[in-house]
Parts: sequence; structure tokens; C-alpha cells
Amino acid sequence: MKKVLGRAFLAFMIILLYLPIFVLAVYSFTDSANIGAIHGFSLKNYETLFTKPDLRAMIAGTLVLAIGSAFVATVLGTLGAVGVFYSGRFGNAIVGSLNQVPVVNAEVVTAFSLCILLIGVCGVDKSSFISLLIGHVVLEAPFVYLSVVPKLKQMDNSLYEAALDLGASPAMALRRVVFPQILPGVVSGFALAITLSLDDYFITSYTKPATFDTISTYVVNATRGSQTDIKTALWALSTIIFVVVVLMVMVMNMSGNKNDKNQKRAGADSEKTR
Amino acid sequence: MGKFRFQRSQLCIPYGLFLVCFVLAPLIVIIYYAFTNGEGQFTLGNLIGFFSSPNTIGTLAYSLGIAVATTCICLTLAYPIAYILARSSMKHKSVVLMVFVMPMWINFTLRITALKEILTMIEGNLAYHPFLNTLIGMTYDFLPFMILPIYTTLLKLDGSLLEAAADLGADTVQTFLKVTLPLSVPGIISGIVMVFLPSMTNYVVLDMLYNSTYIMGSLIGAYFSAYDWHNGSMIALILLVIILVFTLFTNRYADEDAGSSRGGVLGG
Repeated sequence: MKKVLGRAFLAFMIILLYLPIFVLAVYSFTDSANIGAIHGFSLKNYETLFTKPDLRAMIAGTLVLAIGSAFVATVLGTLGAVGVFYSGRFGNAIVGSLNQVPVVNAEVVTAFSLCILLIGVCGVDKSSFISLLIGHVVLEAPFVYLSVVPKLKQMDNSLYEAALDLGASPAMALRRVVFPQILPGVVSGFALAITLSLDDYFITSYTKPATFDTISTYVVNATRGSQTDIKTALWALSTIIFVVVVLMVMVMNMSGNKNDKNQKRAGADSEKTR
Repeated sequence: MGKFRFQRSQLCIPYGLFLVCFVLAPLIVIIYYAFTNGEGQFTLGNLIGFFSSPNTIGTLAYSLGIAVATTCICLTLAYPIAYILARSSMKHKSVVLMVFVMPMWINFTLRITALKEILTMIEGNLAYHPFLNTLIGMTYDFLPFMILPIYTTLLKLDGSLLEAAADLGADTVQTFLKVTLPLSVPGIISGIVMVFLPSMTNYVVLDMLYNSTYIMGSLIGAYFSAYDWHNGSMIALILLVIILVFTLFTNRYADEDAGSSRGGVLGG
């Protein structure tokens, strides 16, 4: 009985969480501008989404920015984590604590302070995309750093020493011995960086060129505006993003299951004994 | 001068410099702006101005109200979810957890748009219940961030402790209150850290739900648009102090991997 109630609660919460997204998905396939009134089936919204130039530019811009900034953040954050791991307490204290600042700070504060520094003090031109790129890297790199550090701690350090003893140069040992061991952390850091960039509103809106929009800034502007065809085209966009996220989670789960099937089995056994 | 020798620790130099330039320097700049006026002279006027104006104090109170209420709602919803999930014997727990966390990866402005359409359909006009709508929006946005750390802590909980409590005569309620709940405090604290501050500052949620009352984040936005960097910096500084106090207070209890709870599932 208790079990049934518990599961019913979980199911109810899941329905609440997904109801808005599902309703919007259903209405994205109609030509209705408001939720509530049912009209006929139509692909008009998807057509608008893929043919209107500014919508297409906005989607492409969001993706390019996310991948580009995630790449820079991953390189910086990974190098930083490896360097700090091998440096003394001093480096650890400085980089480690500065790294925490963007993590705990409110995004508006990060965005505002960075913008004042870059545009106000250094005179960077927003339309050069430099401030936008730096802003996104500031947002992402600390999380890459945080996802690489645990992998370094789990690493078997004697392997690196063995590589040196066998004649590898330090650089080669890092590349061939250390890097493969921390690779899972680097990959998940990169994925996390992309999702942070895609979800960001504040950093983008404070540092972007006036003519450039990401999904977040575009959606916020669209809610202030009154163009219905854009509003409903965004329903189509949200449906597509939802489907992509579901597919990615399914792929991740399947590959994850293969990798740690044994691990999971062991985990399940220990759970049973509880 | 000797030949340049490569050392592993030197790899952190680029990232270290990056952090100094784009994390430390901005903080110094806002401290400078917060305590100067338009002529560049030192002043406490911005600070006194903030605490003597009923408008800004009202904004602070309103944001604290929203943040406290959102955090409480998220906690009361997230704890049972995490608890039921962590203690259940379901085969596909990790899949169900994914279902709860997945909304995190859909752009939040699109999620709030979806919520707005539903709320408009139910209420007719969003302007009638601005505070309620904001709470719903914030909860909808931040709930996954509360579920994840609590779930992780509860999953790590040593089952033999619960058995020991039962063997020593504690009933289910006592076991929960005296064993499970205290041991899950680190997860709760991590969750609160993830939810409290964003709900004080994420003014986009209010904007999109047509709540025109200001929170602390909107003040920064307004000063920024008006090029009033001195007062804007003061607000940012006040938020930073709140964050600092919060972090110092919670560091004692928080989970080691609190910071990474945003990517807990990805990192798993």
C-alpha cells in the first residue's frame, strides 16, 4: 500500500513536470495561437521555424556559441585541473577558490561584473563577440574543472611514474597515460559546458552584440513582443528540443548500461542487503 | 639562465591567468564602483542609499520572500521524491531519476513559456496572481536542482544504520527523524544552495510571467540599462556578501560534491 502511494506520488509529480511541455507539443502541431481551442492539424509552426531567416540564424548562433565556448572551456578547465593537481597547496588554494566563485555566484552578478570590466573598463567592443565568448567560458570552465578533478584523484599515480621510468617525456606521459584516465571527466565536462551555454540567459544578454540572439534572449524578447507566428514557432522549437533531449538521454543510458553493467549488478546486490 | 624545463604544474597557468582576469578582476571592479560616485571619489552614498530607500529595501524583502518560499516548496516536494526513489526497490531507479532531472536540459525560457501558456489557460489573466505564479515558475524551474543532491545523499546512506535503529527498537518515524533526516542534511544544504540564490536573482522568470515587481536581479538589470554602474555595483556587492555568508555557513554541512551537483547525472 505504502509502495503504491509512493509510486503514485512520483507519477503525479512527473505528470505535473511534463504537462506544460506536452500540451505545448500538441498545440505546436495545430494552427491555433492560444492553448485551449482545438483547431486542425498543421505543420505551419515547423515551417516558420525552419524558413524564417532570423529564427534560423538564432538557432545556428546558439549552437555555434555553445560548441565553440564549450571547447575553449574544456581545454582551459582540463589543463587547469591537471596543473593544479600537480602543483603545491598554494596553486590549489588560489585556482581552487577562484574556480568556486562563478559556481556559487548568481549569474546576474557574474554577467554584470564581467560586462563592467570588459566594456566599461577595458573598452571591448560587444559586436566583436569577444565579450560573449569570454562570458560563456567563465560560466562553463569551472564546471569542467570540477568534473575533471575527481578523475585525477581516482587515478593511479604510479602509472605516470612508470611511464617516466620507461623513458617517456613528461609531456608524452601526460598525453598517453594521464589523459586517457581522465577522459571520462573531460567528456562529461564538455557535455555539461554545452548544456550550461544553451541554458544561459544572463551572461548572454549582458555581453552579446545587439544583433545577435541565442534561444534564451530570443524567447524572452518574443514574450515581450506580440508576433503570434513567432510565439507559436517557438512551441515547435521547444518540442524539437524536448525530443532531442529525450533521445540523448536514451542513448546515454544505453551506452552507460553497457559500460557498467557489472558495476550496477554489484550495486543492486548491496541495495538488496539493506 | 637554464634551459626552460616543462613542469606539470605549469599547465594551470593559462587557467589561473584566465580566472584572475575574468573572475577576480571583475569583483575588484565592482567593489571599486560600489564605493565611488560619478566623479570617481570615494563615497558610502550608494550603500546608505540602498539601506535608506524604502523601494530598495522593499525589493530586498520581496526577493527574500520569494527565495524562502521557493526553497521551502522545492524542499517539501523534492525530499519525498528523492526519498521514495532512493529507498524503493525499483529496477530502473536511474531511469526514473533521469525523468525528473531531464527538464534541466531543456532551455529554461522555453520551459517557462510552456508553463505560462498553461497558467494563462487556467487563470485567464496572469496579472491576478503575480506572486503565486512566480512561485510556481521558480519551483518548476529549480525543482530538479533540489532533487538531485538529496537523492545522491540518501542513496549513499548506510542501510545497516537503519537496521541498527530498528533492532534497537526505533519505529519507522523515529528512525526517519533520528537517523535518515540528520544524515541527509548535506544533501538538503546543497539543494538549498542551488535553489535559494537563483530564485533571488532570476528576474527573467518574473518578466516572462508578467510579474512587474522587482527582485534583486531586476535592480541590477535596471541600473545596468540606465548606465548607473555605481548603484548597480552596490547591488551586486550586496548579493555577493549574501552569497559569501551563505557559503561560509553552509560549507560546514555541505556535501563535498555540492558544486558539481549541477552535473551530477552527467558526471556519474
